Amino acid sequence: MLLARVLDERMANLYRGGKIHGGVFMGRGQEALSAAVGTCLRPGDVFAPLIRDTAGRLAFGEPVLDAVRTYLGSPLGPMRGRDGNVHRGRPREGMLAMISHLGAMIAAVNGMLFARRLKGITGTVGVACVGDGATSTGAFHEALNQAAIEHLPLVAVIANNQYAYSTPNARQFACRDLEDKALGYGITGHTVDGTDLNACLDVIGDAIRRARDGQGPQLVVARLLRLCGHGEHDDAGYVDPKLRASNVGRDCLKVAERFLLDQGWATPQTVAQWWETTSHQVDEAIATAQREGGPDPYKESWCAISSKHLCEGYDEVCDTHLG
Amino acid sequence: MSLTYLEAIREAQARALKEDPRVFIYGQDVAAFGGAFKATKNLALEFPGRVVDAPISEDAIVGLAVGAAIEGMRPIIEIQFADFSTTGFNQIVNHAATTFWRTSVPLPITIRLPSGGTSGSGPFHSQTLEGLYATYPGLIVLTPATVEDAYSMLLEAVAIDDPVIFCEHKLLYYHLKADSLPTEALPVGKARIARAGRDMSIVTYSAMLHEALAVADELAAEGTEIEVVDLRSVKPLDTDTIMASVARTGRLLCVGESWPWGGVTAEVLARVASEGLDLLDAPPQRLNAKDTPVPYHPNLWAAHRPTARSIATAARRVLRT
Ligand SMILES: Cc1ncc(C[n+]2csc(CCOP(=O)(O)OP(=O)(O)O)c2C)c(N)n1
Ligand SMILES: [Mg+2]
Repeated sequence: MLLARVLDERMANLYRGGKIHGGVFMGRGQEALSAAVGTCLRPGDVFAPLIRDTAGRLAFGEPVLDAVRTYLGSPLGPMRGRDGNVHRGRPREGMLAMISHLGAMIAAVNGMLFARRLKGITGTVGVACVGDGATSTGAFHEALNQAAIEHLPLVAVIANNQYAYSTPNARQFACRDLEDKALGYGITGHTVDGTDLNACLDVIGDAIRRARDGQGPQLVVARLLRLCGHGEHDDAGYVDPKLRASNVGRDCLKVAERFLLDQGWATPQTVAQWWETTSHQVDEAIATAQREGGPDPYKESWCAISSKHLCEGYDEVCDTHLG
Repeated sequence: MSLTYLEAIREAQARALKEDPRVFIYGQDVAAFGGAFKATKNLALEFPGRVVDAPISEDAIVGLAVGAAIEGMRPIIEIQFADFSTTGFNQIVNHAATTFWRTSVPLPITIRLPSGGTSGSGPFHSQTLEGLYATYPGLIVLTPATVEDAYSMLLEAVAIDDPVIFCEHKLLYYHLKADSLPTEALPVGKARIARAGRDMSIVTYSAMLHEALAVADELAAEGTEIEVVDLRSVKPLDTDTIMASVARTGRLLCVGESWPWGGVTAEVLARVASEGLDLLDAPPQRLNAKDTPVPYHPNLWAAHRPTARSIATAARRVLRT
């Protein structure tokens, strides 16, 4: 959680300093939920994170360098400057590289789980994270229904952070509670206070265990608030102050820190030390990625398929672009 | 033994399932029912658990194929009619087509699109979308016109490590027959001279090949030798074979069943114009369907798409200039 908070904030700083091409999207306020997902998954499981899942990615095993290299466009990162920011992953290692189109990743998780069943691999699960806004897409509906029909070990985690960009829940859905959707699909629903790390670990852990045990798809709805803009370009002036002041507006990181101090499992000094070592770790990754520079358009293959012999050249056109 | 275009598609899938345990078929009504056109007839019986019925969810159908391919499988997706691939469009063009370039993970997915007009099918069961898919980087787009190609190109599509849009023409399903399955074939990416000639080239593909061959017969009786090029694959497009044909004949008519704005015929003309204008003795022409939805009634349908009659008229015009 802490590493994710620091990493997100450093990326936001770089963005403000004009060092990042494109946007920066933070998971501020959602780290407890996301970290719980990454923590409860095991190596060999499937994870389809979304834009606010820095914490989950790290907990699942994504190196800090993968994140930083992708944001800075390093040719050594997993996306090699071909895609940026949150659109990163290592699909063969179980972490999908999201496309922007909301809801689209869930069916791909279904496909991985379906393939494993055909191959006779058992005991693994897949988690797909989405926001409240993504629940309105056809893709979300189709994929949940598909998972239910195939009885796949899918856990869909909805971070209901009350807004989709600037659109509040009231303009997104009219059901009483998003968890009710589970009933319609014939799957098990769960609700959790997304600001409480312990609760998230319990509920996400339980949902993942059920899916692993063969109880079919699980839908987890977490209530929380996005404690930042949609992206770093957005001041989130539209967020209702009453929500900010309510329970969903709590900062999950502060809640977790308070818990550790209250339990006597950490002291203010150790917490301060964690911030320091974490900051150092992220700064090192940034320095490394910055030294690596950007991709070289003259060395780029400009071929979108793996069957190179079937790639059409269009060489002159590309050369003209490059001047 | 005689075999239809549709049976060739079934046989190719049976062979792919038999030879490669990574292959499975997923689509609406494909299992016990054997598919809307019976292209998967009895395959669910022969390959239990590997021919799977899908809900009416084209987005999730293609999305599942993306995930399965990441896991090393080689899914064959049957979209019931090409027209309905548009509700799976996002997964095809934004997910399947971009994944290799973004992540280096190849996606061997074959998406079968029963395409093209048949009389009485109307606006939503008649479309030919090869030009649309060819626009997107990351896809291979095949348009087999013969029984032999339906068989060998489908087998090759399944073996290719990239997403392949396999446009099979519904009008050819039942009436096109061959004596046996081919033992060898031109590779994907190579066009074929379907009929040699020296006076003019008609470049075409899919069902229009047969209209063009009829025109070549008709004009041969008048002493004109038309060369007919069957593209076979529209992406990649075999520019070399097209240019060589135009170099021989000096005249070009490109015929497609799709709509006139852009598309395969426009691409062929653009390439010939920019790379081989000096080879031409007359302005290159193209003939497509009319710029309206595909009509339902046979009278309108027959006038909407190019036919041997309209192709012959267009060909004579090119020959006169
Ligand atoms: C299909 C689609 N439509 C629109 C967008 C543009 N868009 C990106 S994020 C976003 C809001 C998403 O809201 P939500 O799903 O609640 O996730 P959150 O940002 O709140 O985490 C929108 C509209 C998109 N990415 N995909
Ligand atoms: Mg939201």
